[in-house]
Amino acid sequence: MSVAHEVDEEHEVHVHQEPTQFIWKYVFSTDHKVIGKQYYMLAVVAVVIGLTLSLMFRWHLATYDPQHMFLSPDTYLQVLTMHGTILVFMVLTTAPLGGFGNYFLPIQIGAVDMAFPRLNMLSFWLTLLSFITLLAAFFVPGGAPVSGWTGYPPLSAINSTTEGMGWGQTLWVGSIAIFCLASLVGAINFIVTTLDLRARGMTLLRMPLPCWAWFVTAVLALLSFAVLFAGGLLLILDRHLGTSFYIPAGVIFGAKELNHKGGSPLLYQHLFWFFGHPEVYIAILPGMGIVSHILATFSRKPIFGYKAMVYAIIAIGGIGFFVWGHHMFQSGMSPYVAVAFSLLTMTIGVPSAIKTFNWLGTLWMGNITCNSAMLFALGFVSLFVSGGISGIFLGQNAVDIYFHDTYFVVAHFHLIMGVAAMFSIAAGTYFWFPKMYGRFMNESLGKVHFWLTFVGVYSVFIPMHLMGLWGHPRRYSGMENAFLSNPFIPAMHNMVTAAAFVAVLAQLIFICNFFYSMFKGPVAPENPWNCTSLEWITTSPPKFDNFGGVEPVVNHDPYEYSVPGASKDYIMQTDPPEAAPAHAVGHD
Amino acid sequence: MSEATIQPTEHAAAPAPAAGHGHAPAPTGDVWGGGVRPYGAHSKKFGMWLFIVSDSITFAALLFAYSFVRMANLEWPTPFHAASILKSTTMTFVLLSSSLTMVLAVDRANKKQRDKASFWIMMTALGGLAFVVLHSWEWIELIHEWVQPAKAANGGVLPMMWGTFFAATGMHMLHVTAGVFYLVGLALQYKGGKFKPIDVEVAGLYWHFVDLVWMFVFPLIYLMSTKIE
Repeated sequence: MSVAHEVDEEHEVHVHQEPTQFIWKYVFSTDHKVIGKQYYMLAVVAVVIGLTLSLMFRWHLATYDPQHMFLSPDTYLQVLTMHGTILVFMVLTTAPLGGFGNYFLPIQIGAVDMAFPRLNMLSFWLTLLSFITLLAAFFVPGGAPVSGWTGYPPLSAINSTTEGMGWGQTLWVGSIAIFCLASLVGAINFIVTTLDLRARGMTLLRMPLPCWAWFVTAVLALLSFAVLFAGGLLLILDRHLGTSFYIPAGVIFGAKELNHKGGSPLLYQHLFWFFGHPEVYIAILPGMGIVSHILATFSRKPIFGYKAMVYAIIAIGGIGFFVWGHHMFQSGMSPYVAVAFSLLTMTIGVPSAIKTFNWLGTLWMGNITCNSAMLFALGFVSLFVSGGISGIFLGQNAVDIYFHDTYFVVAHFHLIMGVAAMFSIAAGTYFWFPKMYGRFMNESLGKVHFWLTFVGVYSVFIPMHLMGLWGHPRRYSGMENAFLSNPFIPAMHNMVTAAAFVAVLAQLIFICNFFYSMFKGPVAPENPWNCTSLEWITTSPPKFDNFGGVEPVVNHDPYEYSVPGASKDYIMQTDPPEAAPAHAVGHD
Repeated sequence: MSEATIQPTEHAAAPAPAAGHGHAPAPTGDVWGGGVRPYGAHSKKFGMWLFIVSDSITFAALLFAYSFVRMANLEWPTPFHAASILKSTTMTFVLLSSSLTMVLAVDRANKKQRDKASFWIMMTALGGLAFVVLHSWEWIELIHEWVQPAKAANGGVLPMMWGTFFAATGMHMLHVTAGVFYLVGLALQYKGGKFKPIDVEVAGLYWHFVDLVWMFVFPLIYLMSTKIE
């Protein structure tokens, strides 16, 4: 049965047929599963570009010779800027939320589609437009911007200051503004879907943890991208209409003092980081949800402290809105304000630790299967701890003032935001691939992929902590700096570059595995992992309307593994209530 | 507790227990229990509210930027003289009146009077259009009277006061303009039998929101910069 019902309370049920033409089925599709895959593929393309850029500047740093530089200083900064922007916006924001969220949120809550399928399509196409706009910055006169992924003014606010700060920067801001609109539309859709379209019996506290994570992430996106949009708008006004929101008096460019006066770069930093800090959680929260799901499945145990996990996700998201100032300790801030931001930042350590200990509690005495998905989930926990620890250092204003703008910060945020989120994407891919494509990915290649990546990324970022401690500034293309008199620095750069090549090239194994398995992998059954959530009661891949016309009814909590007295070691959420002996049901 | 007693209109949304699953009714029947929309609120309405939350934050950020630079500048011109205030007060009156006509439109729509509802939506759009025309006229006058001399004195750079003025009112005018197109489109199609009362109500939410934003912009931007002689 290939008919989906667009749920409508006004007594009319819009029935739409599954499209048959290629263009409506795979290109301009309103099916959340197709849109999820589109987002995922966009992220795959973006990650290839973004990682290639990182290899370029790593090569530059390893082979640095003032006479024969691999990249000119301007090009270096352009590559750096685009690496950051592409990875943060087009990969870390799109794949976990737009990709997996779109595909699995409706299925996990038992819905036939998102609440607004056409807005969902709009959201993807706006994202694609934003991506193309961003890439176009490479090809305009002057090339891509050099102001970093944060785009700080006054550099970014003044047209034609240096290479890339003309059209390149304008396209960058335009791309970000379009991305904000796409995220807004997507966020509305996710929130409404989660609250309105849950199947019967799917109470809020029966939702699998990825759904909670996507829901809270969508709330963060709804509230934070709105501010970035305003910030970007004012940046465009400054660049093209002669306003001075971000430009103070007395700015000198090219030995000429600018006319602008009255603005403040701090204003931009407030607006940017009010978005920027929640953005970190937009990238990582879906990963936490996915990893929780996988850890419970492959430990054959209920997730330890389900409610605590839910409240921790909400707490991280909530407190995340009150800590943006910790990105600005160095920018000039009253020490009293800095202490407040510092304390709030430390507070986030509490729910984060709750999550970490609950993951460990889930693993404890579990019947663990170490397949690729599980390995990447474990890798996520490891990276989250390693990256989180340095966050405790950086969150304190006194320490941050020393570490600010050194490689220490680079190492910190790459481990926790970049690589950890990437690990969750990889874990989710190995886990859900059988559902998405009806075939398994190759396990051996998956394990090789994991170990090369795991060792690779740690070899990249652990040395960077040390380099930061020695005072190596970030974003410098040159090495003549006095900070770099330490003889270990060039050796470190060589090692980091070698490790980066290993870690990035290992992703080729993943990509080959992905596309090969899509066509040639062993065929997967409905529920290969004996997992309990709703996506595993339907066919692999799911039909157009997800459940083949059957409306699922939910009777169980999401992680009922190894329930004493039950006939098998897992109880599907849709199993009849009597599947579990009464005394054994429940998390609390 | 049956859903039918809580939300009589939810039958299409409430899934029937199907073969193979759900031998017993779901254990919860509360508003968050799944299978129903919480409090029976239509998804479109909920979606519009979320948009309003997000959009109000965008406006809040713009007004924050305005407050920030105004506090950061010791000298802040207060150029709006009586004629200017009179004009902006008229604009405010027009915009607020259009909220009244929108209320009438929603009411007629709920009474299934498509023609009347469509008429009042059109009246609302007309009010919005009048606002846009008055506002544009005012922009042009201000540019001639104040902005150009100030810009010339500044060597071609827009002084901050005007930067904040155009950013905030421009963003608002963009919303009103978009709203006018939205309403005209809705009115024409509603008359033709398309859409439902809920769609009029959702459009009304948007329109009242745009009005409400003006009630922040008007005092903060205009009244706080009145010329005092």
